[in-house]
Amino acid sequence: MSVVTLKIDGVDVAIAAGSSVMQAAQEASVEIPRLCYLEGLSTVGSCRLCVVEIAGINKLLPACTTEVREGMDVTTQSPKLQDYRRMVLELLFGEGNHVCAICVANGNCELQDMAIAVGMDHSRFPYRFPDRKADLSHTQFGIDHNRCILCTRCVRVCDEIEGAHVWDVSQRGEFCHITSGLDQPWGDVDACTACGKCVDACPTGAIFRKNDTTGEKVGDREKLEFLVKARENREWVR
Amino acid sequence: MDINELHAMAEQEQLRRKPHRIRYCTSAGCVSAGAIAVKDGLKAAVKDGKLDNEIEISSVGCMGLCARGPLVKVEPSEIFYENVTAEQAASVVSTCHGGATDAKVSDLEHPFWKLQQPIVLENRGRINPERIEEYVQVGGYQSLHKALTDMTPAEVVEEMKKSGLRGRGGGGYPTGLKWETVAKMPPGQKYVICNADEGDPGAFMDRSILESDPHRVLEGMAIAGYAVGATHGFVYTRAEYPLAIKHLQKAIKQAKKFEFLGSQIFGSGFDFKVDIRIGAGAFVCGEETALMHSIQGARGNPRPRPPYPAASGLWDCPTLINNVESFANVAPIVRNGGDWYASIGTEDSKGTKVFALTGKITNTGLIEVPMGTTLRQIVEEMGDGVPDGGVVKAVQTGGPSGGCVPADLLDTPVEYKSLLKLGAIMGSGGMIVMDEGTKMVEIARFYMEFCREETCGKCVPCRTGTVQLYELLDKISKGQGTAKDVEQLEKLSYMVKEMSLCGLGQTAPNPILSTLDYFKQEYLDLLQSPADLNGNKIEATANAPSA
Repeated sequence: MSVVTLKIDGVDVAIAAGSSVMQAAQEASVEIPRLCYLEGLSTVGSCRLCVVEIAGINKLLPACTTEVREGMDVTTQSPKLQDYRRMVLELLFGEGNHVCAICVANGNCELQDMAIAVGMDHSRFPYRFPDRKADLSHTQFGIDHNRCILCTRCVRVCDEIEGAHVWDVSQRGEFCHITSGLDQPWGDVDACTACGKCVDACPTGAIFRKNDTTGEKVGDREKLEFLVKARENREWVR
Repeated sequence: MDINELHAMAEQEQLRRKPHRIRYCTSAGCVSAGAIAVKDGLKAAVKDGKLDNEIEISSVGCMGLCARGPLVKVEPSEIFYENVTAEQAASVVSTCHGGATDAKVSDLEHPFWKLQQPIVLENRGRINPERIEEYVQVGGYQSLHKALTDMTPAEVVEEMKKSGLRGRGGGGYPTGLKWETVAKMPPGQKYVICNADEGDPGAFMDRSILESDPHRVLEGMAIAGYAVGATHGFVYTRAEYPLAIKHLQKAIKQAKKFEFLGSQIFGSGFDFKVDIRIGAGAFVCGEETALMHSIQGARGNPRPRPPYPAASGLWDCPTLINNVESFANVAPIVRNGGDWYASIGTEDSKGTKVFALTGKITNTGLIEVPMGTTLRQIVEEMGDGVPDGGVVKAVQTGGPSGGCVPADLLDTPVEYKSLLKLGAIMGSGGMIVMDEGTKMVEIARFYMEFCREETCGKCVPCRTGTVQLYELLDKISKGQGTAKDVEQLEKLSYMVKEMSLCGLGQTAPNPILSTLDYFKQEYLDLLQSPADLNGNKIEATANAPSA
């Protein structure tokens, strides 16, 4: 295994070749905004919040899917990046029906955290107020599509870690939504093991435990990391 | 099959031919203009005159001048008739024996024909796309033979590099370099994909090529397979192209029968097979990574690159993916050499390009011109300008990913570089002419509506950004916009362009940005309080919003 060295916001980092810029940033204690990225899952590069500037490349590249190279010079904060990230957040808030005051994840929501991180206090784009449904057919959990940001963490965690592949994405464009099973009510999906990993993976309050009320959902993200570590490295530590 | 048998096949076809041939176009354009009735008329006339032994009535692929269909061509006199009706059919048949007809003869000296240089379309009007014998008779599959017997794979790649051919799907990546990359990947399972998922509104180059000369594409793919070390090819096309699929299926069956596809082609050690995959018509499936997901049976979502398909594509194997027109250029390049191809065109862009000429133009149709031909030559000379003496306002190239070139820049040569500089792109070959009655804000809104419907929804900027862009355009075109909306439109356009995951999103705002560049006043005229470019208010009475 070889090691490459690179600069992230001026900080020198050495990291194993094949790692992503996101991992290198973590190594350098540089926080890069992210929503679809979750440690332990495959990367999709779809939320575009983690885009960074790399010297010599005229395109913005997502840190989560870009591999480190020797001598890379990465900038994670610039006026342009901040402006674009803020716009991404505004688009996300305008696309769904996000009402923090009555949300199970209020105060423990990654969408909220990101909005604060990029300084988004209001949306310059009109809210779309889409007509979306909630599915409460499962005995333990519920999914409220109004709060979904289509990060597909639930799809990936169910497929890659639990191995059940209950979730997938239906339709196209603005009509995209998460479906369970063969477009069945969640409660009717035999493949679901009721493990709750999707609840922990969900960055917002879209997937939740049924007995949680406003502000009570606390996602246990470390549990997922624990499971991945246990499976891949045989290390049963938290 | 060896070379002697190939020559014998061509000779036999020559001998089989009757003294006269009347060819009628059976491509979508002429068929919708009534070509089937003309065919029936021609056949009836031959039957009635008991001329079966002398005159052959044969179908032929697209001949190009779609505006004047149905087209009929008489051989060997090589006379073209335009707008032929079923009633004129009998008199056209009679011309074979010195008769007269009132059908209009096409002027082959017109710039529409004169300025063309057919390479991809060289068999236009010469072969029946459903008969492999006719393709062989005009020299078909000889390039494949030459590549397999006289050249090493590396030599084929070298010729492609020398030719300077760049990807005709719109991206313009050097084809030879792509071939070389795939060829140099470690040996093992590799694939060749022909991207025939043509989706730009107003574009029909790939459909015409597949409908009119399917063997040419198969030959190009087989040569590519030999050059890069792949034994399996896929043609990915869309269900909306039933005739292209039918002709392609027939062509694959015939090529297999005559052993131009299959194992040990021309007695060499090279095996190659081709399968067709039919998409459901999602525009995003023309993006190469989404296309490969679709072939694998997955949802047609793009993924970030790298890894590029050349390194890791279909089922994670090295994959060569080229457009229909690129593959159609391969056989002539192998036949005549890369230097010959490179001698055509300009420094930046070699060879020829096929364009589908549509919109407010007299001669709509399919043309193939050498690179460097100016847009003015294409629109004003070849296309005869706007019908009824109208004035050209702009030319749109590249469909939803492209931009508008205003009339005063029509002297721009058709080249990758020069078009990009104007904010337009070469694109896959759609060319839409707009006259002075065209409202540019409407054009931008039309394309954004298209992108909004066709975005896959994977990444946020494209999924939601296109919706917000459309809503802004809608607001402005209804006369409800403010100067702030125009500003926001521009800002969001740049954000979607720079932040989107794949080519669809990255190019979706181009129609907005190019119309803002050249026709900003039209946006400002539509505002609640119209202003000129310097921000000075215009009296509302003089320029009331028209929409």
